[in-house]
Amino acid sequence: MRMRKFTKTHEWVEVEGNVATIGITAHAAEELGDVTFVELPEEGKEVKKGDALCAVESVKSASDVYSPVSGKVIEVNTELDANPEIINEDAEGKGWIVKLEISDESELNDLLTEEEYKSSL
Amino acid sequence: MKRFPYIPHTEEDIKEMMNVIGINDIKELYKDVPKLFEGDLNIPESKSEIEVKRELKELAGRNIDLDEYAMFRGAGIYKHYIPSAVYQLATKRNFITAYTPYQAEVSQGTLQALYEFQTAICELTGMEVANSSMYDGGTAVAEAILMASRVNKKHKSLVAKSLHPEYIEVSRTYTESQGLEIELINYDEKTGRIDLEELKNKIDENTSSVVISYPNFFGVVENIKQIKEILPENVLLIVNAYPLSLGLLEAPGKLGADIVVGEGQSLGNHMSFGGPTFGFFASKQKYIRQMPGRIIGETVDEEGKRGFVMVLQTREQHIRRAKATSNICSNHALMAVVASVYLSIVGREGLREISYQNYQKAHYLAKKLIETEKFEPVFEGEFFNEFVVKPKFDLNKFNENLFEEKFIGPLNLGKFCDKLENHALFCATELNTKEEIDYLVSKVGEIDEITL
Repeated sequence: MRMRKFTKTHEWVEVEGNVATIGITAHAAEELGDVTFVELPEEGKEVKKGDALCAVESVKSASDVYSPVSGKVIEVNTELDANPEIINEDAEGKGWIVKLEISDESELNDLLTEEEYKSSL
Repeated sequence: MKRFPYIPHTEEDIKEMMNVIGINDIKELYKDVPKLFEGDLNIPESKSEIEVKRELKELAGRNIDLDEYAMFRGAGIYKHYIPSAVYQLATKRNFITAYTPYQAEVSQGTLQALYEFQTAICELTGMEVANSSMYDGGTAVAEAILMASRVNKKHKSLVAKSLHPEYIEVSRTYTESQGLEIELINYDEKTGRIDLEELKNKIDENTSSVVISYPNFFGVVENIKQIKEILPENVLLIVNAYPLSLGLLEAPGKLGADIVVGEGQSLGNHMSFGGPTFGFFASKQKYIRQMPGRIIGETVDEEGKRGFVMVLQTREQHIRRAKATSNICSNHALMAVVASVYLSIVGREGLREISYQNYQKAHYLAKKLIETEKFEPVFEGEFFNEFVVKPKFDLNKFNENLFEEKFIGPLNLGKFCDKLENHALFCATELNTKEEIDYLVSKVGEIDEITL
């Protein structure tokens, strides 16, 4: 069963089994402007909910991406190395950034639904 | 008498403003600032402009004018020729007022000059990318050590003892607060080059970088290729280079350097008491994201016209201060513009000629000094324009005598190292004439030999 949730800090997370795919929202990508670089985390990195997972740089700024849940990085989107603009083109699809192995599924309950996120903008 | 005559507000203005925001005393504005000091500072009273000018003029009058002196000392800052056009062009108001362009795109001229500067540094060092300058040579070395740690996540830097002692100090200052370690590697007493055996033995899994100088503090040219061969794949080789020597010596980048930094003063900058100068910083392209400082890039605007922009600013402190690659606020871009103009004026052939003259004159001087039999050579390693010799007499006394004749003699290395007391670090550049050199040599016999 798949479900998609959001954070106040503009990340989206899609959960399948105990794997969370994480990216930044279309709104965040829009705000950043042209993305020029994504500093991907290393595979195997352990993160706690709310930790900076990685950074996304655009022409004039840089933002941290915060982990919506705790877990271990099991895969990163290496496509972004050569083509960071995928984030602008398809932030909530092909522009995914990392996949985490979730360590505490109860944390998912604190996340926003799509409606809640949209109305918070 | 108001204490700050350059502040235009009258007492009435200030009172009115205080009434509006509801305070009775200016000090109330500072109540959030922790009190670190109370009382009066032990500094003199303020002076009028006339008094200040008079005092500074008197102080300045006590300086000597280097143009009137023959210079035989280098050790990090060098007396080279600066073509007249260099400062005429580089100190135009358009460059001076926009020396650190925060609204970069409006300073196209400055950006282009720095872009050309980066290109020249890449060519000189044989590296793929260069930033638009650092504060000075010492800080450039320290920043390179930090950068290497960011690249390979290791914490130990092996630094050649033959790096400029002051650069070692600056590097320690930078690294000790960041949990990084600096370990010194001795030089081979015969050649003056880094002790390769000791280097091999000290490399371990924590080694992040190896730092050498090219030529080193003793003037000796290190064998970069040989050093690189010793290093494991993920240990970065940082080379601190004397840029003017690169007109003659092979570029460090072609010999295996990963990061090349250095003091840029020798490229058209005045000596001016050792500053302001600038540092240069070049690296392999693959490390560009970890490089400090700014890079100027070339692009096209909407109409397809060429333009220059600042790129990779996101590692800069004005965007994410806590995550900046460097927190030094000054990069002395104007001094880099001076270097850019200097290099464009002397050109490729000119630089080679200048380097060659440095080499020739220093070697002539060394030969003549040894021939007097009052000096012993110290190191066998090949040198560029500086070398160490050991006099059989009191070096400080010799220097005092020379100074009276308007000669600045060699550096007594005892200043930095007890073991090298009374060892002379001589330097000759393109500005030393044969007459000067011969005269200096003729003075050698005037001091009695001593048993040291």
